Amino acid sequence: MKHCWFHLMPYTELPEDFRDNHESIWVDIDSKLFDPERAHHMYNDHLDEMEFAADMGFDAICVNEHHSNGYGLMPSPNLMLASLARRANPKTALCVLGNSIALYNPPTRVAEEMAMIDCISGGRLIAGFPVGSPMDTCYAYGQNPSQLRERYAEAHDFIKKAWTETDTFSFNGRFNQQRYVNIWPRPLQKPHPPIWVPGGGSIETWRWCAEMDYVYCYLSYYGYQAAKATMNGFWEEMDRLGKDRNPYRAGFLQFVGVAETESMARELYAEPAEYFYDRCLRVSARYANPPGYVTEATQRAGVKSQISTAASGGPDDVSNTSALPGIQKAQSINEVRKNGFNKNAREFDSIVENGYVIIGSPDQVAEQLREIVHDLHFGQLMLLLQYGNMNKKTANYNTKLYAEKVMPLLSDVWSEWENHWWPKPLSMSKRALPNNINNSMAAE
Amino acid sequence: MDTPSVTRISISGGSSRVWRKGKGEVIGFLAGFGGLPKWIPFLDLLADKNEVIVPAIPGFPGAVGHNNFDNHLDWIVAVHDILKKSNLLNNTSLIGSGPGGSLIAEVAALWPNEVKNISLISPWGISSDEFPMADPWAQRPHELAGLMCHNPKLWDDLKTQPNDADPIEWPVEQARALEASARIFWPLGNTGLIKRLGHITCPTLILRGDSDRIIPKNYIKKFCQEIQGEAVTKTIKNAGHLAELDQPYEVAKTIQSFI
Repeated sequence: MKHCWFHLMPYTELPEDFRDNHESIWVDIDSKLFDPERAHHMYNDHLDEMEFAADMGFDAICVNEHHSNGYGLMPSPNLMLASLARRANPKTALCVLGNSIALYNPPTRVAEEMAMIDCISGGRLIAGFPVGSPMDTCYAYGQNPSQLRERYAEAHDFIKKAWTETDTFSFNGRFNQQRYVNIWPRPLQKPHPPIWVPGGGSIETWRWCAEMDYVYCYLSYYGYQAAKATMNGFWEEMDRLGKDRNPYRAGFLQFVGVAETESMARELYAEPAEYFYDRCLRVSARYANPPGYVTEATQRAGVKSQISTAASGGPDDVSNTSALPGIQKAQSINEVRKNGFNKNAREFDSIVENGYVIIGSPDQVAEQLREIVHDLHFGQLMLLLQYGNMNKKTANYNTKLYAEKVMPLLSDVWSEWENHWWPKPLSMSKRALPNNINNSMAAE
Repeated sequence: MDTPSVTRISISGGSSRVWRKGKGEVIGFLAGFGGLPKWIPFLDLLADKNEVIVPAIPGFPGAVGHNNFDNHLDWIVAVHDILKKSNLLNNTSLIGSGPGGSLIAEVAALWPNEVKNISLISPWGISSDEFPMADPWAQRPHELAGLMCHNPKLWDDLKTQPNDADPIEWPVEQARALEASARIFWPLGNTGLIKRLGHITCPTLILRGDSDRIIPKNYIKKFCQEIQGEAVTKTIKNAGHLAELDQPYEVAKTIQSFI
């Protein structure tokens, strides 16, 4: 199993009354809350935490893209990876989950920047291609929701061809036309870096991942309990398509807080967890559902599910997980559209009880993770070990304890499977060493 | 209300419903935000004195194919085709509401000889920093009715699923209507129409509900100023953005007096 240390890079000093006095942490978050001098420290703390995680032996460090967002300070995750490519442990893979490729016209820029990172890092890049959340893509970046998925598909084709085509070519797409495509540099990994696709629960995405042989990543903030239906659906679809059940086909995100004892964990992680689930998930319902963002096939599936639930006398709790990648599940999409993200657990006991955050001693955490890894059947575990307003000291403690005490307890998991979706970097003997004045292989 | 006759026309691989009702001089109507899932009293009032022809805009209720159009030129050509196939470009009076109003203005600007006069109800297309449109696509569902109509119940009634409608396709169709308008006008409702308004030479009537929360009063003033031909504005009392829903009699009477 792979342990990937994921950072959202939250703004850690939102006021205590944020939920009461602010409608949204996303899109139109109050700019007066942002202090650049404090952000200077936050960015550097967060980068320190990622470098520390790499030194602790995590398999990968992961970043992602958000815009106009108080819990995600990475409008350009590639900037972060560029820094980490130089400074972080050279044995650690670099995962960007990812670039919202529909936003970049031409997508040449994404192909180029990812190729740069792959070259700088010696072939350690994992390239994530999310459609992106409605808030990021349609509202903060103004992309037309009716064209978002069409542009996404075209951008994917563009980037992949730019990485793999050896000759200069013309790209004549619906939305992107470029007479000369010839990116320079080219990715070091051949034919290209492994591609991971963060997504919700749409069957179209599962099929596409299977067809393209990409990793499907379910990035929920609501833990394993809420993810069962989605992950089961994914694997059932892989069965239908005749794909093997190699767990490395799937990635999953989980918040974790580990301490010497469970009571210590409760003491340490209650505040940052509540900060995240109370303040950071304060998102206005106005931005939940731009028209056209959810495909008609998914809408139909949601309506059918609603009707059957109503017919069976069940609660109005239909989960349409494909609607909102990154912030889905737990609360039904219909509720989200009406009321925003305000029905999910926000107090620590409920957060833990619902499985949003796994806490405990190393043994307890390892036991729970082993169970969910097998239950949901995934091999690429993405861990949020810093969340909310957790400070660097606590984040590093969590990271260190996980690496030293939890990771070894899970070293046997999925050892029988090969991970075909992992970077293939240059051997260390062929790598450049940053700031090494005696680099014999350096360009003259 | 008697039901209109229904035919269908093909447009760029999609298909659009065309309603017809009444006798007399032909007038055409392109729907406002959310489209027309049902025949409305306003159209009946027009049909008392005229033959009313109502083709559906691709993606609006009664029509599909909006995903075939990638840019504004695609849309304008498609709307011209729709009007032509509906026999609405024979020096005809045309009416449009909101997004439909903007598209009618485009046709009048580009094909002036095919249009007799136009009546636009809170037309979209020229939003700017000085007179911004409200964002109709970033609203909580329960707030949308109040944004569209002075009497929100009229919007709710229009969007309520009839007993004989497919319970799965009905909500999908209503969502598609919002998507289609977004496909044309996202994100600000500004399609650059202001640069083409100067090409409109036919008599133009512009209506706005006095409680329209989407289109500001000064927006309408600017819209009217840019038109080269004779243009008059009229405020409809106790009406919101969809004035034809709020005050069907007043809007129909004003338009019929104008044309």
